[in-house]
Amino acid sequence: MTTPSAILAVERLSVDFGGLHALRDVYLELYSQEVVGVIGPNGAGKSTLFNALCGIVAPKDGSLTLNGLSHPWPKTRELADLGIARTLQGVGLFPDLTVLENVMVGATKFVHSGFISAAFGRSRDESHLRERAMLALERVYGTSLAHIRADSLSYPDTKRVAIARALVSEPRILMLDEPAGGLGNADIEWMNGLINNLKLQCSVLLVEHHMDVVMSVCDRLYVLNFGEVIASGFADQVRRDPAVIAAYLGAGI
Amino acid sequence: MYQFINTIFIGITSGAIYSLMAIALVLVWRSTRVVNFAQAGMALLSTYIGYEFIQRFHSFWLALFLAMVAGAGIGALVDSIFMRTLFRRVAHGPIAGVAPIIATLGLLGLIRASLGLAVGNSDVSIRPPVSNVGYTISGHTLAFSPLKLVIVSAAVFLMIALSILFSKTNIGLSLRASAFSPEIARLAGVRVDRVRTLGWAIAGAAGAAAGMLQTPSGTGALSPDSLDFSLLLVFGFIAAVIGGLESLIGAVLGGVLLGLVLAFVLTYMSGSLVFITAFVLLIIVLLVRPQGIIGMNRGRRA
Repeated sequence: MTTPSAILAVERLSVDFGGLHALRDVYLELYSQEVVGVIGPNGAGKSTLFNALCGIVAPKDGSLTLNGLSHPWPKTRELADLGIARTLQGVGLFPDLTVLENVMVGATKFVHSGFISAAFGRSRDESHLRERAMLALERVYGTSLAHIRADSLSYPDTKRVAIARALVSEPRILMLDEPAGGLGNADIEWMNGLINNLKLQCSVLLVEHHMDVVMSVCDRLYVLNFGEVIASGFADQVRRDPAVIAAYLGAGI
Repeated sequence: MYQFINTIFIGITSGAIYSLMAIALVLVWRSTRVVNFAQAGMALLSTYIGYEFIQRFHSFWLALFLAMVAGAGIGALVDSIFMRTLFRRVAHGPIAGVAPIIATLGLLGLIRASLGLAVGNSDVSIRPPVSNVGYTISGHTLAFSPLKLVIVSAAVFLMIALSILFSKTNIGLSLRASAFSPEIARLAGVRVDRVRTLGWAIAGAAGAAAGMLQTPSGTGALSPDSLDFSLLLVFGFIAAVIGGLESLIGAVLGGVLLGLVLAFVLTYMSGSLVFITAFVLLIIVLLVRPQGIIGMNRGRRA
């Protein structure tokens, strides 16, 4: 019996911002169909880790393995084709597009026709994208929002739509940046349920402050502090790790 | 009475040409958030290329089409070689916001000066492809000719075609997403660089159409230091701002409104007031309704 290889593995990742060590020797593995949380105090480097994986900041050092094969750090534009999708902390919907159009933007990797035929065809591509987008909205229970302009959505609904926009590209790895941030209890409940469902279709890597969410959805955790991984393992182990409690979680969780 | 009707015709026709330029400016603005002052230079260069094709093929229509293709190529080259490099170099510097605009001004000067070196300052001319003699109604000659009809139709056609492109196709979707935020669009899987270049290419074609149609409807003369092209830029820009810079329909309405106002000033007041009126109109719109006559009142980054 062989152990299955990680679909994503990061080793010795270091990122410097002008002499400041934002990340140092960070490691992380993500297996298929699991939810992994990256937690840590503000400024610990969680977002930098996400940004390095998304080609937004350039690592100084480190290696990346995707499905067991070594891979250069991806450029942002390659993510969709690599099966990686990400939501943003600030949600980042396009305000003057409808919800459906917002989700369709996430599916453009499925359009293979050239500019000319797409411009004059109006074509199968268009309705194809529309169908995919509706399916993605269905998965976040958001079909009733389809024709509303994004800038008139309620905040919890923007979170739903952002996840649909990430899901529509059919990622193998879904990166969620504070999915529960700013949500009330009822919506957090709903978000927990959604993330647990997502696990059936893809692996989820999430950054989250909300410990209730982390503990109820994450299989494993990595704890960052001052740019280094200070603990990792199954969620229940990590929450009892003295180093973690000292650095981050305080006395009582 | 006929004077009044003719003033309206003059206003609509000149407005239609401003609209074509305004459409070009709006396209670049919408796809890359750059106010492209080089648009006049690109239009002038495309019109010269169109002139060369007229000499070769003796067909204005074929030359118009080829000039638009050339304009699209020029737009694509300017973006993919010049602007893309510029954006990469100044992406985070203190001048990141203004550098592209200053660069387009520089490019405008560069194109005009190089064109001057290449063709000298002798005027060439483009003859009207269809009659530019006004229609007559019961003995009165109207300030509206077959050529003017072509111009107005071209502006309306381009506006409709591009509006459909923006609102009904996935390319339009990508254009609008990239314009709002290149970073987010890229994360969502949009090929932002390609999409922006496409926006510049379409703008280049629209600018070429403006140049090719403007030239024969005026004096017909074409020269590297042509005042007509400077005015085309200025009035096209004012029209785009009146229309809110975001909207293709706004660009056309802004162009026609500007054309009408200027035509009435010219006919009923004085030619020397035309410029002042145009700029006063620009300033009033900016002060009173900065989102434009049909612009939506809303920040661009929510």
